Amino acid sequence: MSHTIERPAPPADERLAARSPIRKLLGRPEIGSLVGAVVLFVFFSLVADAFLRASSFSTVLYSSASMGIMAVSVSLLMIGGEFDLSAGVMVTSSALIASMFSYQLTLNVWAGVAVSLVVTLALGFLNGLIYVKTGLPSFIVTLGTFFMLAGLNLGFTKLITHNVATPSIEDMAGFAQARAVFAHDFTVGGVQISISVLWWLLFVAIATWILLRTRSGNWIFAVGGSATSARAVGVPVTRTKIALFMGVSFTAWFYGMHILFNFKSVQSGEGVGNEFFYIICAVVGGCLLTGGYGSAIGAAIGAFIWGMTSNGIVYAEWNPDWFKFFLGAMLLAATVVNLVVRRRAEAGK
Amino acid sequence: MTETTETRVPLVQLEGVGKHYGNIIALRDIDLEVDWSEITCVLGDNGAGKSTLIKIVAGLHKHDEGVFRIEGEPVSFGSPREALEHGIATVYQDLAVVPLMPVWRNFFLGSEKRTGAGPFARLDIRFMRRTAKRELLDMGIDLRDVDQPIGTLSGGERQCVAIARAVYFGAKVLILDEPTAALGVKQAGVVLRYIAQARERGLGVIFISHNPHHAYPVGDRFLLLKRGRSLGYYTKDEISLAELTAQMAGGAELDELAHELESAGVKGAPELREGARDLGLSD
Repeated sequence: MSHTIERPAPPADERLAARSPIRKLLGRPEIGSLVGAVVLFVFFSLVADAFLRASSFSTVLYSSASMGIMAVSVSLLMIGGEFDLSAGVMVTSSALIASMFSYQLTLNVWAGVAVSLVVTLALGFLNGLIYVKTGLPSFIVTLGTFFMLAGLNLGFTKLITHNVATPSIEDMAGFAQARAVFAHDFTVGGVQISISVLWWLLFVAIATWILLRTRSGNWIFAVGGSATSARAVGVPVTRTKIALFMGVSFTAWFYGMHILFNFKSVQSGEGVGNEFFYIICAVVGGCLLTGGYGSAIGAAIGAFIWGMTSNGIVYAEWNPDWFKFFLGAMLLAATVVNLVVRRRAEAGK
Repeated sequence: MTETTETRVPLVQLEGVGKHYGNIIALRDIDLEVDWSEITCVLGDNGAGKSTLIKIVAGLHKHDEGVFRIEGEPVSFGSPREALEHGIATVYQDLAVVPLMPVWRNFFLGSEKRTGAGPFARLDIRFMRRTAKRELLDMGIDLRDVDQPIGTLSGGERQCVAIARAVYFGAKVLILDEPTAALGVKQAGVVLRYIAQARERGLGVIFISHNPHHAYPVGDRFLLLKRGRSLGYYTKDEISLAELTAQMAGGAELDELAHELESAGVKGAPELREGARDLGLSD
């Protein structure tokens, strides 16, 4: 350590040999989920004949995207060291706002889409602001906003539409365009693909770029890994955390728009419980619950596992009532695998 | 660097600085000076106010009383970032590193180098990796791999990375909060050498410690703190290591301790008492 310039090659090689390329690969956060995904894919291919059909694959992809879009931002937030339990109902809130705003005022649906974007981003900002100002754990803050939003969703919808669901907006101005953007289906080689799958992949790519190649990404890892250290070296911690909560609300808006323009009408009680699925996707994908570690690609693989399992059980003609048991067991298994893999990778530094 | 400064204007100067948290007075009437190529040691026991003092200089807290000048200009920092802009870099006891992040990302954290413009601005990863490796090598830290998580380095290595980072980012003043506290003898020696090296490079260093044996060999000035007050402020030729140790230990207390141990029948108490007498603390 004390000799500066003369550095003989052999000792350097000897020290580096401890970290082989395989070890390096094992050190990636998403490796556990990748192995899991391959195992599940093989498993369902063997037990369910219908699983390998092209049409099944498009269904699996669609389910994966329906979790994956939210899992992207939820994983970023988790890497930043926080939770958002309001993410599930926020999707419904944004869809309700867009739907009711356009319908009640008989406006072009794009007006509703814009208003919904502003309000949903404000909700994310509020989550972040309450967290930053009170210093309470984000678990508690967003648990509060989760119930508040769930109540508001139902209350406002009943108050305005006198029903638990919004009326269909199918025949309103701008619907066709909006549907083309948020919920278009197209066929590639005889397989129907939802545009939401493409959006999902795009979001994963953007999130990965941000995480690994930008200053903001560096800050996300830093505020999750050690907020006090990050602050001490000049990272704007509060700004980063609020931005992460707003990232979640942005994807909540986006996915809410998909639901609205796919199903035309929105059930006000929807979305409750989905926040846990998003978290499961992120954790299965290798995000640490304590923050500072994880990847968006991992969360995407987590969502793909979710899509394969939820549909694979159906294709295998099992009773889908058991699905949640498998989901929970998978979460535990994934967490243990991640833990073991990471410990091994770190031990072999 | 040394030639350009006027002799009358110190790099950092505190005059009668005080700080209170509510009705608790953490610091009162402190004078301190640091100049280019000079190491000022702040010594004191736990709770003496060392941390409060450096938090003021580092920009984590604002002082309530007195004047804080940088190169003659009175300042009061609202955030560590402002302090950094004035060239004051702090290496904290907990090192201000993010253990799970690679060494090079930690090295540039908060001051990332980027290329490209607008939405395509991205980290200049090659440059940062190379620079981190080179800068560390310049300080004599030969890392296996700058991609390894900084948490896998030893305490001394982490400390040196933090110092190298501050030096690289053009710090004029380096604040080191107990850099040798958690280290073994050999590693502490390595860190002390880097501290001296930072001085050779022309930096002003504020070295916080509770160990006079670490502070005395490298220090040029010594500020002794106790219960938020200054016990004394000396240049190196005004005080010897023995006197410094004695002042730190607090002579009367050492004597008291010896008395207590003696009455409890503990062996070694006479030696302690003798030691205190040797240091001129009691008779």
